[in-house]
Parts: sequence; C-alpha cells; structure tokens
Amino acid sequence: MRIRHPGALWRGAQAAALAAAVCIGGFGTSGEARAEYADVVINNYSDAAGMRPVIFPHWFHRIRFRCKVCHADLGFQFKAGGNEINMVKIIDGQFCGACHNGDIAWSVENCNLCHSGKPGTPTQVHESTIQKLAIQPQAGGQQ
Amino acid sequence: MPHRKFLSAFAILCASIATAHSGNWTKLSEDGVHDPRGPAIELLQYPGDALSNLPSDTAGNEVDWIRALRAGVIQPRPSIDPDREDRRLDKDIYLDLYGSMPSVRFPHLAHTEWLDCSNCHDHLFLPKRGANNISMFLILQGQQCGVCHGAVAFPLTECSRCHSVPNHEAQRIVAAIEAAEKEKQAGASDGAVKRRDAGTAGPRKDSPNAGKQQ
Repeated sequence: MRIRHPGALWRGAQAAALAAAVCIGGFGTSGEARAEYADVVINNYSDAAGMRPVIFPHWFHRIRFRCKVCHADLGFQFKAGGNEINMVKIIDGQFCGACHNGDIAWSVENCNLCHSGKPGTPTQVHESTIQKLAIQPQAGGQQ
Repeated sequence: MPHRKFLSAFAILCASIATAHSGNWTKLSEDGVHDPRGPAIELLQYPGDALSNLPSDTAGNEVDWIRALRAGVIQPRPSIDPDREDRRLDKDIYLDLYGSMPSVRFPHLAHTEWLDCSNCHDHLFLPKRGANNISMFLILQGQQCGVCHGAVAFPLTECSRCHSVPNHEAQRIVAAIEAAEKEKQAGASDGAVKRRDAGTAGPRKDSPNAGKQQ
C-alpha cells in the first residue's frame, strides 16, 4: 500500500464523486439495453396466434390517464398477463377497447402498434424490481 | 492546488447528476422488448420525447410523476365515466414505528390522486392498524406496496422515500392521533347511545376511521 500524501484526500474526494456518479447513473440505466420502466409485455395468446406480443407502455398512458381509470373503472388487475385480454373482448369495448375504439384513442385496426414486441418475449413487467433481483416471475405473469 | 482539485471533484459530481437527469431513455429499437424489424418501430413515440419535458427524478421513468401532476405539467383524466366520483383522502398513516429503519409515512393523498380506494382496500390492505403484517419480504416479492412500487410506481431501491420519519417522531404523531381518536370515539359513542335512546339511528359502520391503516 502506498503512503498517503496531502493530495490523497482530494483524490479520495474525486473518487467518491465518481462513485456517486456511477450510483446515480446506475439506478437509471442498469447496464444492458432495456425497455422503459413499467413497460408490460403481454404474451398470453400472441405467439400462438402468430402475432407479435403486445407492449403496453405505462409511461405513455399515465401522462393521459390516472391509474384508476384502467385499474378501477376498466377492471384491469394489477398483474401482467392476469387479465385474460383477447381481441373479442377488446372489440366488444372491454379492457383496451374502452378507449381504443377510434373515439378516445386509435382503434383496433392498428394491430401492429400494440403487437410490437419481439416474438417469443414472455409476459412480464419490464425493469421491475423483481426482475432486477433476478427472482423469475411464474409462467403466465408476475405477482 | 487543493482548491482546484475540490472544484474538479464537484464538477464531476454535478455533471453526473445532470447526465442522470437528462434521461437514460432507450430507443425502442434497442430496448430489448420491441421488435426492431416491426412496422411500428418508426411510429411509436420515443419515451424521451415525452418524458424529458416532465419534472425529473433519478429512478424509474426518471420522472417525478406526483410533481408533474401537481404542477399541472400533465393533466391525466381521472375517469372516462363522467359520473364516477374522484375520491381523495388526505390522511397520513405512520408505519414501522419501532424498526431499525426510520418509520414509514404513507400519504393517502398522493396515492388517491392517482388511484381509487378500491385499488388497495380491502384486497391488499385492511383499513385497520396492525391488521396487515406489512413486510419488506412480501413487498420485494411484489405483494402489498410492491404490487406497484417496484413495478410502475417508484422502485424499491428508493428506501428513504417511504422510510422517511425518525421513529420517535412517528411514535409521537401516532400517539397524538390515537389519543384524539379515542376522545372522538368516546364522544361519538355517547352520541350514539343518545341517538339510540331517541330511536333515530344506530352507530355508523362507515365511520371516518374507515381509512385507518396499520
């Protein structure tokens, strides 16, 4: 170990600042390429139907609607993949179809705007703390 | 020159904070879940286009959503049904009064600005102090507070946002609240007895304490 000299304190301060920088940056980035926090991948039926999985961006929707609109009024459970959403229900005005009807938001003809995920991506809440802790969610969704 | 070195260290820190706040939003084509060959990739909005204009934060979407809402930077609709009541409750609940971490202050107001009472009560939390066995073990598994925090609301790396009140301070506040409630209940039960005697009404089941939490 080297002997400390007066400059060591300042170098220490620089190192601490750098470490803080890594920490502050690190919470946001976590290294790998990633979807936006809270993006939900829904792949209950898509793969089997030959469609891309659905990516639901929470960030886009919560700019426009409070949580309760979907999670209280429309009855979405707080569970990725837990809602048994299918296109018949959506066309019938349930779930996504309450807004995605060409009136409040664009309608169901725009298949690819929702079905935009990489084929084979499992149902999940992306970037969730559970995912970061590497506790794998059960098949079919996340608790 | 120690002075200059200190300044440079400070500059590195400031620059890093500025970088974090300028956003780390990933392009959809590179985010690992969108299909970069799909037809929507050029049509869907890049998160940074919308989120960089909102009050910044260091975690989650890097947006301080509650500040964005309260400052009116965003005006999310409270309902798509005009007859639906937009319920609010301004009541703080203090939890974990004797733990090794600072106590938790749960603000009903910030939560009811986004959510309806029925989103948490009673299937996630019974409206009764001590009835919920709240634990970080369960929260980290996505239960209780972890249903949202760690999935869509600010993540579980942000310990001090919930664990924010010194234990002795929280204990003092809870003692004061409980004393006031006891007094109020004593008054109310006197009133109820009188009302029953008069044959008008029994004690209310939906008392103002219905929102009381552990």
